[in-house]
Amino acid sequence: MSTTTTRVEESRGRVRPGGKRLVALVGRVRELGLIVVLLVIVALVGLQTPRFLTPGNFEQILLSIAILAIVAVGETMVILTRNVDLSVGSTVGMTAFVCADVLKNHPQTPVILIILLGCALGAVLGAVNGLIVALGRVPAIVATLGTLYLYRGLDSYIAGGTQVSAYDVPDSFLSLATTHILGVPALIVFAAAIALIFAYLLRATRTGRELYALGSNPEAARLAGLRAERLIFLTFLLCGLLSGFAGVLWGARFATVDSGAATGLELQVIAAVVVGGVNIFGGSGTILGAMLGAIVLGTIDNALTLLKLSQFWLQAIDGAAILAAVTLDALITRWLQHRLRGGRQR
Amino acid sequence: MEVAAPQAAVPVIELVGVSKRFGAIQALKEVDLSLYAGEVHALVGENGAGKSTLVKILAGVHRPDRGLLKINGEAVELRSPAQAQAVGIAVIHQEPTLFPDLDVAENVFMGHQPRDRLGRIDWRRMYREVEQLLQSLGVELNVYLPVRGLSVADRQLVEIARALSQDARVLIMDEPTASLSPREVEDLFTIVEQLRARQVAILFVSHRLEEVFRLASRVTVLRDGQRVITAPAQDLTPEETVRHMVGRELAALFPKEEAAVGEVVLEVRHLSRAGVFRDVSFQLRRGEILGLAGLVGAGRTEVARVLFGIDQAESGEILVDGRPVSIRSPRDAMRYGIAYVPEDRHQQGLVLDFSIARNITLSILQRVARFSLIRSRQELKIAADYAERLRVRGGRLTQPVRALSGGNQQKVVLGKWLATEPRILILDEPTRGIDIGAKAEVHRIISELAARGLAILLISSELPEILAMSDRVLVMHEGCVTGLFSRTEADQEKVMLAATGQNRQSR
Amino acid sequence: MSDSSEVKQPALDLDASSAAAPSAPALAKEDRRAAASGGGLARLLAWMRSWEALLLVLLVLALALGSALSPYFLSLSNFSLLISDMMEKALMALTMTLIVIAGEIDLSVASILGLASVVLGYTWSHGLPLGLAIALVLLIGALCGLVNGLAVTRLGLPSLVVTLGTLALFRGLAYVVMGDQAVSNFPPAFTNFGFGTVPGTLIPWPFVLFVALALIFSLLLHRSTLGRQIYAIGSNKEAARFAGIRVDDIKLLLFVLSGLVAALAGVVFTARFSNARADNALGFELDVVTIVLLGGVNIFGGSGSLPGVVLSLLIIGVLRNALGLADISGDIQNIAVGALLILSVLGPNVVRRLQEAASRRRAADNGPAGGLARGAALPAPEETGAARARERGQRH
Ligand SMILES: Nc1ncnc2c1ncn2[C@@H]1O[C@H](COP(=O)(O)OP(=O)(O)O)[C@@H](O)[C@H]1O
Ligand SMILES: [Mg+2]
Repeated sequence: MSTTTTRVEESRGRVRPGGKRLVALVGRVRELGLIVVLLVIVALVGLQTPRFLTPGNFEQILLSIAILAIVAVGETMVILTRNVDLSVGSTVGMTAFVCADVLKNHPQTPVILIILLGCALGAVLGAVNGLIVALGRVPAIVATLGTLYLYRGLDSYIAGGTQVSAYDVPDSFLSLATTHILGVPALIVFAAAIALIFAYLLRATRTGRELYALGSNPEAARLAGLRAERLIFLTFLLCGLLSGFAGVLWGARFATVDSGAATGLELQVIAAVVVGGVNIFGGSGTILGAMLGAIVLGTIDNALTLLKLSQFWLQAIDGAAILAAVTLDALITRWLQHRLRGGRQR
Repeated sequence: MEVAAPQAAVPVIELVGVSKRFGAIQALKEVDLSLYAGEVHALVGENGAGKSTLVKILAGVHRPDRGLLKINGEAVELRSPAQAQAVGIAVIHQEPTLFPDLDVAENVFMGHQPRDRLGRIDWRRMYREVEQLLQSLGVELNVYLPVRGLSVADRQLVEIARALSQDARVLIMDEPTASLSPREVEDLFTIVEQLRARQVAILFVSHRLEEVFRLASRVTVLRDGQRVITAPAQDLTPEETVRHMVGRELAALFPKEEAAVGEVVLEVRHLSRAGVFRDVSFQLRRGEILGLAGLVGAGRTEVARVLFGIDQAESGEILVDGRPVSIRSPRDAMRYGIAYVPEDRHQQGLVLDFSIARNITLSILQRVARFSLIRSRQELKIAADYAERLRVRGGRLTQPVRALSGGNQQKVVLGKWLATEPRILILDEPTRGIDIGAKAEVHRIISELAARGLAILLISSELPEILAMSDRVLVMHEGCVTGLFSRTEADQEKVMLAATGQNRQSR
Repeated sequence: MSDSSEVKQPALDLDASSAAAPSAPALAKEDRRAAASGGGLARLLAWMRSWEALLLVLLVLALALGSALSPYFLSLSNFSLLISDMMEKALMALTMTLIVIAGEIDLSVASILGLASVVLGYTWSHGLPLGLAIALVLLIGALCGLVNGLAVTRLGLPSLVVTLGTLALFRGLAYVVMGDQAVSNFPPAFTNFGFGTVPGTLIPWPFVLFVALALIFSLLLHRSTLGRQIYAIGSNKEAARFAGIRVDDIKLLLFVLSGLVAALAGVVFTARFSNARADNALGFELDVVTIVLLGGVNIFGGSGSLPGVVLSLLIIGVLRNALGLADISGDIQNIAVGALLILSVLGPNVVRRLQEAASRRRAADNGPAGGLARGAALPAPEETGAARARERGQRH
């Protein structure tokens, strides 16, 4: 008889040794691990360059990842369902350009309308992905690789080689990225609020749990009566919408936007999500984790800059971080499975 | 036991003339079945008779090719499991299909979690209700554990709890007891009786007749996808039922030939793999069929996997021809003349998209190639040879095995392994899910192979098969060997007691 | 190599008069009959419905588009250019085909190309003889592939993630080696291989290299035991393992090959542009994957052919060239490429679902058994869907 699954006949009412604790711990090991990594980086770099430890620099780090983090929230939900959205960089780029361009031509447009426009455009692009994947049954990696090209191409077509610069758009738009809310930069507030809201929804709603179920075992999800198509469509839609919002912020933050904006962002986003412990094959991981992943990568980048390590190291280190994170995951999982197996009998 | 359902009432659910075909296989043909509120209706039949297919039609998983499904007398079309659930049908599927990443409680309530007034999931209530539900099943399972690490039996219990949590009008149970201990079966039956009293309509699928006759008021027998008979349980005897299920005399099914048993070819000493099986020892001789019996999940397949180099043992020895060997991969195993016909034909036995010929030659590619280039003619020749010997029917050699019936697919797997010219053949549930004719053929083949000197380890969950085919029977329970019987000693009762771990006084 | 028509297996007694079995083992006979009776025509018909045939039609359309867009399109020198422009992608598509058929993916190829180019430039400009530098570069490519392969096979990590990581890592290393500098003073002998053509023709030298490799890879994939094993692995990894195939070793080999060929493509690229820079061939991996998928290779592994991929190469090459001649920028060309990629998978899916719906309706209308027999040749939708999902469970 088992220890983790003690039967009544053996020991009525005995407390299961460690079962809950072990699993709860391991569930959090990824996030705990990330925090430890973060602290180690902070300590090591802090010793070298005191400037690293200032609140100002901390704010700088968060600012640098805020937009990426918003996209990562959407990407996390997509990946949880065992899909992936490679087109987010193009979506951000297109909405950034379109929004800035509309403002250039119609400077009077209220910022709130621009935000709505960006979100709507993003949602449409996401919905197209969702339709192709959910109804067309095209594997997500193929579909969104295609729309990565497609959306970027459309973006170039719309832009026609032009660019919008800071002088072309009203200050009220640019201030989206520079204002503070209660003393905290608005970008950071937006990102944190979005992350918290979606993290809560994933935990508290049936739909949220169904995303996990779908990614964990699609066949079981079908048998349990979940509507896979609807769920998949929904996640792509939301991911597009969040990317659209991120696009608006991108336009406001970088002010100068051409058709190449946010190229390659998808890789950084996926890196953050994966480093944050979200299983690339769906079913497990949290938005909190993804946010930590983004923070860790942002901190590393920031530290490298402060340590005056050549900019050229950044990308290599991002790559290494992804590899390290997934390797660590694999080792933890292996250990866990060994534990569960070993613990089952006797 | 109640009398047959009142004829006046309208059945809660009814199938009329339902047919379903998978490729070459007619899984169901013009089947009628009705289910009344407050009755337990047993659906019995051999493996492959079509029981699970019928269940899946009721569950909205498959749509019938032809025929009607009526609920309260009205024809409806169930297009998805979601719809079936919406009309009040809960199903315990034969193979628990769960979410490995989620915990027990979430698995039970996925899709219908209790919610508070604001529509948020009420986690506390959910865990409490699952704990109560499991308690009523006599299990104390940690509801916070992810399902990933659970044993087969525990997964089955989660699947059962899942169906019970739905408060359904119709409860369908597809062989729910296959991996349960007698104690757990008792608790399940108590609950079934309670549900029956609450006017739930229950379809109970099994091929264990003693369970059927304890529980059911009516019995429907399926054979080869067709309904043979539906009758009140008290009008049938177990013997008659078996005759309906099998359609011929039992003896004809198991043509085990007497063969001279030779020297020991395979010996296993104190083999252990943590959490899976412990201290397993046995010997296997030339020309012998050693039956390996036990409940689903007893660790038999796991032993076979270690012998074939898929997994590694942590301690113990394997000896081939008296010499200790180290088997680290299937290739090693093949080098020692071991072949393994795995339990899961579709996942492990075959490349379904490959043709018959390509499947047969997959393990002997070197033999059909020159300078590593495959000679198609040679390949077809060898494949044709084995296909003929094993009487593979139903498709050309160049057609994908996907289109073959279960029995013929199994023969292709056998052909693939016989082509490697093995000396030790491990068969894991070789007749699971194949029709009766093909089953008899597979039995004949096994027995002829033994007669020609192969040493055969036969893993099967079907006691009659084990008892009829084996020279000796080894029994496992929860990872341990709990019995070894000679052909003359072995009988249903002794093996069953050992398989449930009751033959030895428990601690 | 013995002719093993008489196999040494203890023969099963065919005469054993088991009641159940009808006497004639009709199998082999049926096969022979099929082969004899005008298999040629049947095969032609089957081919016409194949993916390759569709690609051929697409290629013709692309050529028509090209000649409509520009008068220069149909010139030999333009074709020579067109082919030249595709060479790096073409080389990488060869190994990518094998990898995807085996059920994996390698997104790091363009980064390996970039790293190779940079190392070549760096070592050459620091005095290493060109021959040695090239050898070193190829070795580095193979090592990069080894890193990918080990992570996938030994740690059991998904190749999608591993190569996404090494995509950044290898490109990053290229920047580390060279920053934003460039090396361009390569000797003429080397750059001639890049721009030059086989004397007396307009055939670019790299094309000769590609044709040779394409032939070798075709033989490997479609005729050799290794190729058969690659298909088996991609169709059903577990069954392949249970059949004694060394799944991990083969995958490792494929990743190493992929790295090696990507490095080779790096050498070609450097020669063609006489330029070694860290951002060489940035983003090429997307084109390569698109070419392979458009070529009919299943993203989940198990099916696809090299001829299909070569056709798809030509289509993309012609399309980009034609649009380029019409002064349409690379980014906007991507609209066509992206749409093509999606349609190449979406189209067949939609057709199949319509067919399924139609056959279901037919089955529902038609009465008794006979009506089903034909439609039944297709596996039932539930079966394919569910079984596929299970088989492929672990991939996107
Ligand atoms: N999804 C499927 N695809 C192909 N064949 C199937 C499928 N499901 C069942 N079958 C075949 O249909 C027949 C009946 O199977 P099943 O209903 O599982 O029988 P039972 O539950 O009575 O053992 C078997 O021959 C089996 O191989
Ligand atoms: Mg069944």
